[in-house]
Amino acid sequence: MYFIFLIVVILTAIALVVAAMTIAKLIAPRSFNPQKGEPYECGIPTRGESWVKFKAGYYLFAILFLMFDIETVFLFPWAVVVAQTGVYALCGAAFFVGILILGLAYAWRKGALEWK
Amino acid sequence: MFDYYNLEPVLMWIHSTMCGLMPEWLAFTIEGIAVGIFIMVMYAVLAIILIYMERKVCAAFQCRIGPDRVGGRGGLLQVPADVIKILTKEIISLKNSDKFLYALAPFLVIMASILTFSCLPWNKGGEILHMNIGIFFVLAASSIGVLGILLAGWSSNSKYTLIGAVRSGAMIISYELSIGLSVLTMVILCGTMDIQEIVAYQENGWNIFKGHLPALMAFVIYLIAGNAEANRAPFDLAEAEQELTAGYHTEYSGMHFGFFYLAEYLNLFITAGIAVTLFLGGWMPLHIAGLEGFNTIMDYIPGVIWFVGKTFFVVFLLMWIRWTFPRLRIDQVLILEWKYLMPLSLLVLVIMTVMKVFGLVF
Repeated sequence: MYFIFLIVVILTAIALVVAAMTIAKLIAPRSFNPQKGEPYECGIPTRGESWVKFKAGYYLFAILFLMFDIETVFLFPWAVVVAQTGVYALCGAAFFVGILILGLAYAWRKGALEWK
Repeated sequence: MFDYYNLEPVLMWIHSTMCGLMPEWLAFTIEGIAVGIFIMVMYAVLAIILIYMERKVCAAFQCRIGPDRVGGRGGLLQVPADVIKILTKEIISLKNSDKFLYALAPFLVIMASILTFSCLPWNKGGEILHMNIGIFFVLAASSIGVLGILLAGWSSNSKYTLIGAVRSGAMIISYELSIGLSVLTMVILCGTMDIQEIVAYQENGWNIFKGHLPALMAFVIYLIAGNAEANRAPFDLAEAEQELTAGYHTEYSGMHFGFFYLAEYLNLFITAGIAVTLFLGGWMPLHIAGLEGFNTIMDYIPGVIWFVGKTFFVVFLLMWIRWTFPRLRIDQVLILEWKYLMPLSLLVLVIMTVMKVFGLVF
């Protein structure tokens, strides 16, 4: 039943964007000027490639994020039943979270969390 | 107690009446279109209210008057006038941009925000998407938004947008962890992922009171991380005006830009709405133990008013934070998350689990 509404909601999102873009295309003015196709850099012409290299530090944080995000995903089903299963489930998850905290401590110690 | 305000029988009655009048597929089609139009209207109306509120709150914090010319003394028509203005602006396409991804990015941003928007519990039986994994679905759907932001920044082939998108991506994914962990804390307390059941669990006391200190800490962590998720000051360095003009949407013009603006304000509302659902009792009225008369009067107020009222209160808190604190630097933002909020939310999670297992919560 709710899968029908899920499809309805996704279609609504697409329809909203398409409808608003259509209205804007119909009533907005159009004029051609080669300057309009240039990327905006406060009036100065762009030098070199725009797809430049950027810091590898961002990439490091993305990898750390993956580790902890998957942890959260694994813990969600456990969170629903932890009250019923009691101490046994608590110990299992404590072991799991403990390993992840060790991982965070390792990354911290290695200086992965410093911004250099 | 709340059966008087339960929307579910009414909606079921409408559905069965429609099925009696016409074949079932037609009934579903008409209902689908009605739901779609309802979402669009709510989306537009809420965006207008939120933008007007932001302007007035900002003006009050800066000792200004705010919009007061268009539409009478209060400037009530300022935002509708802006909507018309943004629709009549030219839509520019760039020479060297990746055309397909450039056009795809607004779809992803709007889709993430509408999917999470339709999970909010407006009233008893009054949510559009009712799932048994509701809150988990909200987390999953809201992470589509960061894809849209990264695509928007990368595909427009400009240095400002690229820097803005990478900053925003690193920040949003980092703070998603704290959001996930504080939501997890509340799932442990309630023992369910169904949004309506989470609200129903808070019938005799909101989670923030039930969960003692861990729930309060999780609420504060959620507000900080939610503020970062919505890309707002003090975490607005993805679009820091003084350095990056407009960040990842610098190269979008007219209505194309409007989608990002719309999604940003609705994400603010959604963040506040999820905070209200998890911590402040959703559509449950405020009850004070021992004051029977007070509780009875509170029960007469419909759930939807409670939900919207509490959500706007949290929205006001977030606006207060935005207009009070200066912007952080990217390294400060990431260190705040990874060295302070993340260990703290893990600690809160452990304390809450121990409390729940040994039955120390109310």
